Amino acid sequence: MQYTVDARGLSCPEPVILTRQALNDKSIKHLKVLVDAAVARENVTRSLLQATGKQPQVTETSAGEWEISIKL
Amino acid sequence: MTSEKKRMLGAGLLVGLLGVVLVLLGNPKNMGVCVACFLRDIGGALGLHRAEIVQNIRLEIPGFILGSFLAALAFKEFRPRGGSSPILRFFMGAMVSIGALVFLGCPLRMVLRLAAGDLNALVGLLGFISGIAVGIYFLKKGFSLGRSYPQNKVAGATGPIFAIFLVVLALVAPAFIFQSESGPGSMSAPFIYSLGAGLLIGVAAQRTRLCMVGGIRDMIMFKDNHLLSGFAAIFVVALIGNLVTGNFNLGFTEQPIAHTNHFYNYLGMLATGLGAALLGGCPLRQLILAGEGDSDAMVTVMGLIVGAATAHNFGLAASGAGVPVNGQIANWVILALLVVIGLGARETIRVKRAHTKNTGKEVRA
Repeated sequence: MQYTVDARGLSCPEPVILTRQALNDKSIKHLKVLVDAAVARENVTRSLLQATGKQPQVTETSAGEWEISIKL
Repeated sequence: MTSEKKRMLGAGLLVGLLGVVLVLLGNPKNMGVCVACFLRDIGGALGLHRAEIVQNIRLEIPGFILGSFLAALAFKEFRPRGGSSPILRFFMGAMVSIGALVFLGCPLRMVLRLAAGDLNALVGLLGFISGIAVGIYFLKKGFSLGRSYPQNKVAGATGPIFAIFLVVLALVAPAFIFQSESGPGSMSAPFIYSLGAGLLIGVAAQRTRLCMVGGIRDMIMFKDNHLLSGFAAIFVVALIGNLVTGNFNLGFTEQPIAHTNHFYNYLGMLATGLGAALLGGCPLRQLILAGEGDSDAMVTVMGLIVGAATAHNFGLAASGAGVPVNGQIANWVILALLVVIGLGARETIRVKRAHTKNTGKEVRA
């Protein structure tokens, strides 16, 4: 199942908390996280790498907004 | 070691080094850099409180904001935004300030005090960690101050413009600005060094996201030591610096601008740790975010200043003599208020907006 976490506009550490919560759901096979701050992009990417051992794919969807995508 | 980690250690090294150097250049002992103390001094200089020994336009503060602003512009990270519970942030900022002035220092000064051998700061650190742990409990239970949204450039520029205003006031020194003639407020490095050090730290902290609260929070919550490594680097470098320059004095008593009331050193920092964890960053981080265009962080900075002024007006702030009764009562009151905020502020919009385009399934936040 594909699943999207919208973490835009949320302060630290909420984007990472939501991402980790989504990772706990084993039915999710493709996770996308939307962020709109460089710090959230870095934290979520680092957290996903640390938790899964896989490098997530980061795409800038519009100026200052990113979609972080990972296949689980 | 990743380049990200190297940069973080570099930033910690810079902050630790400047923390020691600024004392040599004239700042009060163990107060090379202290965000709570300096905002309190600025509040005094602006006449918001009349504690005569702590009034000074500390140029490190505008330096932090402007350094962050310039770095954010250069790296295209200046992003005007706001609207995430500004009034709660204002009062939480004030509470963080009051907790810090019961202990006598922000989280950054706590590290610098510890690096100078002041063991009261170790008690403060325990309180700080406890406060962050309580904050994490609330965060895991769904605490949120809500989303911020993009704003116009004028709102985003409030922080940098306020910083420039402070620099101008310091240079022009009009008669309505207060300046201490004795006490800690009278001691400061020459302004060009204060401003320069502030700018350097502002750039480094913006690039690395250095944050005292974040370091401990991420370690407890995610076993992620990235931010904590910056915190550790500040401590190690300042410790070496203090040993070399003879400013290291191990013990509880006769520490500069500190008291030995263990209970309130613990409880003051507990309130600061809790408030800052809920705010998403320590006082330094709030200044850096204000420089990046985060108007909510700028509201928090205003809260920090007003809280510090109130701490002096109401006789809450500690001194070398100890913590006044008013300060002890205030400490309990702000803890109770922070618990109410921690339990009460929940995000409901998150679930609605998290509705996904692809699956129609909602995030269980």
